[in-house]
Amino acid sequence: MSLLSIENLHATVADKPILKGLSLTIGAGEVHAIMGPNGAGKSTLGYVLGGRPGYEVTEGTVRFNPNPAHAELVVPKGANGQPSPFSSGTAPSPEGKNSPSTSSGWTGVGEIDLLALEPHERAAAGLFLGFQYPVEIPGVSFVQFLRESLNAQRRSRDLAPLSGGEFLKLAREKAALLKFDMEMLKRPVNVGFSGGEKKRAEMVQMGILGPKLAVLDETDSGLDIDALRVVGDGINSVMRAPDKAVLLITHYQRLLDYVKPDFVHVLANGRIVRTGGPELALELEAHGYEAVAA
Amino acid sequence: MSQALALPTRRDEAFRYADLPALTLLWPVAVEAIAVAAGETGTLAIVNTGAAPVVRELAITLAAGSKFDLRILNAGSGYGRIAVRVQLGEGAEFTLGAAQLAAGGQTLEVVTEVAHAAPNAISQQTVRSVAASKGVVNYLGKVLVQKGADGTDGSQSVRAMLLDRTATANAKPELEIHADDVKCAHGCAVGELDANALFYMAQRGLPPETAKQLMLQAFVAEAFVGAADEKMLLQAALKALENML
Repeated sequence: MSLLSIENLHATVADKPILKGLSLTIGAGEVHAIMGPNGAGKSTLGYVLGGRPGYEVTEGTVRFNPNPAHAELVVPKGANGQPSPFSSGTAPSPEGKNSPSTSSGWTGVGEIDLLALEPHERAAAGLFLGFQYPVEIPGVSFVQFLRESLNAQRRSRDLAPLSGGEFLKLAREKAALLKFDMEMLKRPVNVGFSGGEKKRAEMVQMGILGPKLAVLDETDSGLDIDALRVVGDGINSVMRAPDKAVLLITHYQRLLDYVKPDFVHVLANGRIVRTGGPELALELEAHGYEAVAA
Repeated sequence: MSQALALPTRRDEAFRYADLPALTLLWPVAVEAIAVAAGETGTLAIVNTGAAPVVRELAITLAAGSKFDLRILNAGSGYGRIAVRVQLGEGAEFTLGAAQLAAGGQTLEVVTEVAHAAPNAISQQTVRSVAASKGVVNYLGKVLVQKGADGTDGSQSVRAMLLDRTATANAKPELEIHADDVKCAHGCAVGELDANALFYMAQRGLPPETAKQLMLQAFVAEAFVGAADEKMLLQAALKALENML
């Protein structure tokens, strides 16, 4: 079963074409790595999937199998009305700027048109984007931020919100998994964190939110060797499951030593130019992008 | 100036951005005098969240070694003007923390004149304003360090957040210094909510209104840090914010 399927995706940033016909299918239980030279469009892919303002999709489709919603929320294709996959209050906006051709988030049973959703609805559907540069938010504590986020996601899936105590228990468990000091989660979001701490905090957030698909943009940059292993173990324990998948965006082979990819893709000039197994990453490391992607 | 009877005009610097038609209905305004005796401590919290226009003029005199802590939540739906004159004696300490939330077409303003009349006094002013729609938020603040008031420590931190292109913020932090050995700092910024932070929060699942509310709550809370009534002020501010978004 495919979890995410991207077909012929074209996207522009400030009217400049960055993605030029990218296609990629990720199945449940798989780990994919995207490697590629600077400026190839790797980060753009992550932002387009996340729905960042300013990243315009001009062509193509992205279909996603969302987090399990209640059965009654799953509407077969062609059913009357166009209810939201998540809740009555957050219908996918018909005027969604990324999808001029769609009026509903649904394209089939259990499958949604990701591009028709607002960023927070994509998160609720089970998409997590690990940021290359996590943002500092002064005055807002991690605990408050994450509890509000998780509960907003849960409400949209028709689940009861977690109480303060339940949330703290979950947060403590996931922080321990990433060897992250729980006290740091009481501080304002990312404020005063080192580069490595921010990346580790991203993984703690991923653990708490429990997404179906994690797109991790250079999560390995800024990490020392020990932290890299902890983060790698964290990704494996949170995301290695039959119903989940990971898309790693990276420049280097080293994270792939810890999180073994099933597929490695080379992204160059806005398209996937080559796909292979883990051995492709080693080949890239040895010979460089130019030789391999040519 | 104890009591001004003539209706001010735009030429009066302290009324430059005032809502004069609304002011006309309330003028003249009686000055509320507050005197804190030597070594004593006073506090006052002004919460304006009603519908009626509010114009207040405070004159605070702090004797040597006294302290006064003034907090303002200016979030009414009509014209709201709180003007404060402060006279600081030797070693006195004045703290102002003000938050203004203008959701609609109203004008909200805090106008201060803090005079360091004797040595070693401290004044700290923190003003956080948020304006949406056609709301107007103003801060006019003057710190006057008189001759001989050496050892003065005066600071003004003024920030405003505009939620819509149609909203307005006017800020004029001002220093007038006639002594040599003084430490005065002021910072002023008018901006919008950080788009990167909003996307980051949305990506974790927060609906835009909740994300904005969390950020604005944190922004406004800076005005109430250390207040005796911090909890009450924060709750009132939160309620006003909820009505705003």
